[in-house]
Amino acid sequence: MTSFLKDTRVRDTGLQAAFVGSILLLFTVFIVTARSNLEAQGLTSGFDFLERSTGWRISFSLIEYSTSSTYARAIMVGILNSLFLGAIALPLATVIGITVGVMRTSGNGMAELVGTTFVELFRNVPLILQLLFWYTLLLALPSPREVEPIFGSIAFTGRGIYIPGLNVTGGSVFVVSLVVLAGFGLSLWARSKRWPDLQAGQAMRERRILWGLVAIVAVVTLWIGRIPDTPLISIPQQKGLNFREGIRISPELTACVIAISIYGAAYIAEIVRAGFNAVPNGQTEAGDALGLSNWQIFSRIRLPLAIRIVMPTLINQYVWLFKATTIGIAISFTDFFMVISTSINQSGQTLELIAILMGGFLIINYTISWVLNRVNDAIKLKGTQLRI
Amino acid sequence: MAKMFQPPKDSFQSRIKSRYFATRRDTIISIVFATFVAWVLWSLIGWALLNATFAPNAGDICREDLHGGACWSVVSTRWRIVLFGLYPFEEQWRSALACVVMVVVGVLSCLPWFWSAKRMAPLWVVGFAVFYILMRGGFFGLSEVTEQNWGGLSLTIFIFAGTSLLGMPLAIIFALLRRSELPWIARTMALVIDTIRSLPLLSIMFTFAIVLPFVLPDGWTGDKLYRVIVGYALFFACYQAEIIRGGMQSLPVGQEEAAKALGLGYWHRIGYIVLPQAFRNALPPTVNQFVITVKETSLVTIIGFFDVMASGRAASGTAEWNFAVIEMYVFVGLIFFVFVFSLSRYGAYLERRLGVGKR
Repeated sequence: MTSFLKDTRVRDTGLQAAFVGSILLLFTVFIVTARSNLEAQGLTSGFDFLERSTGWRISFSLIEYSTSSTYARAIMVGILNSLFLGAIALPLATVIGITVGVMRTSGNGMAELVGTTFVELFRNVPLILQLLFWYTLLLALPSPREVEPIFGSIAFTGRGIYIPGLNVTGGSVFVVSLVVLAGFGLSLWARSKRWPDLQAGQAMRERRILWGLVAIVAVVTLWIGRIPDTPLISIPQQKGLNFREGIRISPELTACVIAISIYGAAYIAEIVRAGFNAVPNGQTEAGDALGLSNWQIFSRIRLPLAIRIVMPTLINQYVWLFKATTIGIAISFTDFFMVISTSINQSGQTLELIAILMGGFLIINYTISWVLNRVNDAIKLKGTQLRI
Repeated sequence: MAKMFQPPKDSFQSRIKSRYFATRRDTIISIVFATFVAWVLWSLIGWALLNATFAPNAGDICREDLHGGACWSVVSTRWRIVLFGLYPFEEQWRSALACVVMVVVGVLSCLPWFWSAKRMAPLWVVGFAVFYILMRGGFFGLSEVTEQNWGGLSLTIFIFAGTSLLGMPLAIIFALLRRSELPWIARTMALVIDTIRSLPLLSIMFTFAIVLPFVLPDGWTGDKLYRVIVGYALFFACYQAEIIRGGMQSLPVGQEEAAKALGLGYWHRIGYIVLPQAFRNALPPTVNQFVITVKETSLVTIIGFFDVMASGRAASGTAEWNFAVIEMYVFVGLIFFVFVFSLSRYGAYLERRLGVGKR
């Protein structure tokens, strides 16, 4: 009996089976208990509840939603809102982050001071505190009645920011964003597959044709998608206590965008700074020796190299930042997480909804890192190009 | 060699010139940013110091807003709520003392003398026990104060300390399992770690606080506070395990092979050869992980705990003080900033110091 236990193969198999088995057992306990708890409440487990109507409101939605919409639709609204927030906040964070990173490596004492203060201030205070801070400030803006719109069309009020918009259907906006995304995808693909071997002039010509096509398709789609009997551009106008027409950006969305992009920018700035510091001096000096101007050295040598160096770190940062968008629940921005937690409260289908939440985040995060890894593959330095 | 050929030290004037006025563009940038900094500083000093109201119980003066400055009165009147939450007034010294104990433990663990499991573990266990006894009471003639009445800074510190104390050993176990030679254990652990890492912390906390009682048999659930700490520790452990694994991977293979050749068993190899060196390699990212952990404790506000953030909101949430919310956020932000900034500076210092040998 003891010799049997001393056999490493038997022991290894036993250990592995015990480990995997205990984790499976834990999940089985969860599911069995949840099922019996559900039955005690007179609910059935399973995903049928997704077809039921919710009966609660959602303050901000990109697609049509009413209280009689289904749970599936509500969750869709939440996912779209999260993606929308990420699609605005992440690029904004990148732009601010690169600017601050450049400031911190510029060699100009004053710019470095401002950049360092920015990073240390916003990186060392919790995101949720920053979010509540911006939200309080936004709500404290004057009421719509007291605001005189800037250029007659943009108004910053305590009830939201009003900007001019297009009177087009949501579907056509969706198609246009798809077309623009496809344009980006195509140009990246062409860049990695075709343009490296082309003459600079021809590559430029093909690039122009590609973006020209994108622009034409976008304009035509918007024209077709016009809402009849309205002017193409709607400008916010003061009517009574509020603004009519135009697009209202809610304070919740604005606060989330500001907080996440500034917090993310502070981190991205540090990453970008590390990238700039990793570009060998010889590169800059070679550019100098060729007689390139400072701007050319920066835009043609240092920035492209720095971005390529930090791309893998940046990808992790984006995934992390996207997870941070769940913070919106603190100010009732109806993102994915908030819709799920409201649904749990309202329907009691806890396990199913948590599974949807986890599945959703897994898919979104893996997609972000997959897409960005493809971008990285497309732009990274190839074997024949210079290695650093 | 390089030192001998260094140019003579620049004079103060030439340094100023090269830092701020090297080219015409630099001069313009310097002037623009200097104006901006001066403007921000001036408005900030005006708001926070010159025109501010400091005296306690001066809400009426603030409300009439005679000078348009900050109303620090809300802080000087209600700081006790921010620091201690609903802790009984006469017992608040205990809460304060407990915080001091934990901060001292934190500072001590930054000293290299404590960097071994034999010293670090007792330090944290004893520190945490003292903290708990002071806060909870019921012993040594201290009156009992249950967890429901804990709040403010001490609750934040309790969640952070509990997470670290539980999360660190868990992280080591996870890292070892992840690196296990048995494929099924390594794969399952990798799946668990990757799944948890791809989820937002908020959803983990939410699951543990609100969903867990629902899926566990009665009597297994425990208090909500401890469930959240366990959830947070699990999240922390998954990130920290990857950091430790990174530290292990950067060890030369020869280290472990030499230990095997000397006939050391698994635990001796791990305890004396692998982990000490892995931790040394992983020190900067570990400190960074703690920085993030301190900041993210504030998320417990959302699932209904009365930590320093929530109590700050509550302190300025009454009708009497609702105009001074920003001042309260600035105060809470300063509390976090002091902790997080010193920790991150310490991390940067460590990185420089550890890098010395490599250069």
